[in-house]
Amino acid sequence: MILTNIESVPGMKIAKQLGLVSGSTVRAKNAIKDFGAGLKNMVGGELKSYTELLVEARKEAVARMEEQAKKLGANAVINVRFATSAITVGAAEVYAYGTAVIVKPIEV
Amino acid sequence: MDFLLIILLIILTYFTGSIIEKRHFKKIIKREKALIRKPIISYGKRFTGRNKKIKKVELVTGETVISGDYFKNFAAGLKNFFGGRLTSFESVMDRGRREAILRMREKAKKASIIVNTRVEAVMLNDIYTGSVPQCAIIAYGTAITYE
Repeated sequence: MILTNIESVPGMKIAKQLGLVSGSTVRAKNAIKDFGAGLKNMVGGELKSYTELLVEARKEAVARMEEQAKKLGANAVINVRFATSAITVGAAEVYAYGTAVIVKPIEV
Repeated sequence: MDFLLIILLIILTYFTGSIIEKRHFKKIIKREKALIRKPIISYGKRFTGRNKKIKKVELVTGETVISGDYFKNFAAGLKNFFGGRLTSFESVMDRGRREAILRMREKAKKASIIVNTRVEAVMLNDIYTGSVPQCAIIAYGTAITYE
């Protein structure tokens, strides 16, 4: 599966458009890590446990999007966008969406 | 007693916050210098790469969650009353975004160019209660490798 966030796949042409695909996830860390992050929040710096959370959430959202695209028979998703929102304290929502397409290499 | 505790916290976090920030900026500048020859652009529509053979196209992302500290929050609260630039939060957001972009670029070290870079940010905690802000930042783009 090829993912891009531009409106084409460089070096290939779009044979067929299959429509919008999306995947979203809301994830949270356990209470102990929340407490640790709360302390770190006071002294400043990067909150590593929350970064991890964001990475996991992004991976899962992309995986769900890819799954949907595969069901449609696509081999690429173009114009992928990420949207994040704060739904509650200590949780992250990541929403990934794009257009599923079938691409073919350009014959030279 | 509570008042004393808050004063102590402000003094303590002033030192911890500034030390952490200085170290972080040092690291960021060092890493940015290492990547100075790697092109990264923020548009994608006009990029075609038609003259070159393309080996690999992939989506790359970089994430970070950055937090202010208690002192910065306090200073910003004071400054907010008078208006103007909240420099204490400017530096927090600046290094958060730069860190996210750097992580993305480091993932795509072998790529020739990164196009259509986008940066997305969201606050993780409740900003209206005046608590110390935590900001989640995602940077993403398309990494293209030439043959």
